[in-house]
Amino acid sequence: MNWSWEFFFTYMTNGLMVRGAWTTVWLSVVSMILGLGLGVLAAMMKMYGNRALRYIAEFYIWLFRGTPILIQLVIIYTGLPQIGIRLTVIESAILGLALNEGAYLAEIIRSGIMSVDKGQTDASRAIGMTWRQRMWLVILPQAARTIIPPLGNQFNGMLKTTSLASVISMEELMRSAQMLAQVEFRVLEAYTVAAVWYLALVSIWGMIQVRIEAHYEKPFGPAAAVSPDAKKQIEKAAGPAGTA
Amino acid sequence: MTAQDPQIARAGRSLGEPIVLIEGVEKTFGDNHVLKNVSLTVRQGEVVVICGRSGSGKSTLLRCIDHLETIDGGTIRAAGHLMGMREKNGKRVPLKDSEVAKQQRDLGMVFQSFNLFPHISVIDNITLGPVRIQKRPKSEARDEARALLARVGLPDKENAYPRQLSGGQQQRVAIARALAMKPKVMLFDEPTSALDPEMISEVLDVMVDLSRQGMTMIVVTHEMGFARAAADRVILMHDGSIVEEADPETFFTAPKSEHTRLFLSKILHH
Repeated sequence: MNWSWEFFFTYMTNGLMVRGAWTTVWLSVVSMILGLGLGVLAAMMKMYGNRALRYIAEFYIWLFRGTPILIQLVIIYTGLPQIGIRLTVIESAILGLALNEGAYLAEIIRSGIMSVDKGQTDASRAIGMTWRQRMWLVILPQAARTIIPPLGNQFNGMLKTTSLASVISMEELMRSAQMLAQVEFRVLEAYTVAAVWYLALVSIWGMIQVRIEAHYEKPFGPAAAVSPDAKKQIEKAAGPAGTA
Repeated sequence: MTAQDPQIARAGRSLGEPIVLIEGVEKTFGDNHVLKNVSLTVRQGEVVVICGRSGSGKSTLLRCIDHLETIDGGTIRAAGHLMGMREKNGKRVPLKDSEVAKQQRDLGMVFQSFNLFPHISVIDNITLGPVRIQKRPKSEARDEARALLARVGLPDKENAYPRQLSGGQQQRVAIARALAMKPKVMLFDEPTSALDPEMISEVLDVMVDLSRQGMTMIVVTHEMGFARAAADRVILMHDGSIVEEADPETFFTAPKSEHTRLFLSKILHH
């Protein structure tokens, strides 16, 4: 037994780890926002575009959902310079994560838009909205209600997926842990600290997600419509963490 | 004032120039020929009731007037617009989406299923068009929306969400939402068909009131009480064509078409 609480606590507040955690957060947020833009664009192209746009969107979704994100990142950072495209580590990480995320979000956004009642299109056209006004003021805000829960789960995933950017030497949590582990060879402590940081970030996000979902549910009825009985059933089915 | 007082409703209304001109309109959905050479002229201030069995094409005609459906032949002029088209060197060219939207702003439409925007409050439903489309000042739009809510009998519901309202209340908000755009013509597509019986009259009363104030209205409905009370003309559609067109008195007492007699016997005797 060679576990040192001392190293563990020192690493928890180590400047390298704190900076790494901060990098993980902003890298996730920036990539998610760009990915969301790409996803909306691809969903729109696929749903409303002419044949060429539709094929482009479908190709994009097929390509980025069909290949590992790790390979995408490595190709962007270390492969593209071979054909003259040189991106920095940060640019490569953001581009790779956003492109990958956009491909997944496109399908989520598309199903969200399709879930909005057809009568909403009629009503917004009848008061004279253009396509853009209709999308922006009526369809997307309602699609958001369907999109936001899976979107939250995607962001949860994004927080952890950023760890893959460590292979192109992006200095986020994972990379910070690697570097710390090499200083005193406290490998277990260093990576455990990284794991705890991820848990903390994901948990904080979980709390934010609940609030965002409640906000979008508000017009449609009381939040947390799940009865206490049903909640118990769900918890039972999921299995409490302690007995798993 | 109820929907059953024909004289009060129709008194003092004078009809103006033609404001909706439908000429030789054709519409097909796949193999289904829904509208067959339909022509109809509606004058300013006129209230026209269209009835007919389901599948007779009456709702489709209404949706074509507002260009929610594209017609396959003929022309529709409404509120001064050649709907969905423009004339270029004697030829007709389809309009862009944004130009169609401009035309649609002069027509108001009320749907069977209300179609209120569920994600925003009642007052935002009403002001969305005036503020975001017509770019009018928000405070002015809100004042007008409150006046409209009072007019449809819902002065205390401005902050409610649509789901908190009954069907009849939702439909009255939908009417207010359409009126907020100051349309020249109001189209009603079976406005009371989805309502519980006790809520029908509250919506019809608002419509009768509107007709008395000179609004041009085309109403697809089976509410014969409304037709008697407010209509200048009643039309029966059958299998994609207009088969009867008469003032309410003649329509109900001396219809020319066998289809009308059959329709009336089914709708009045049960």
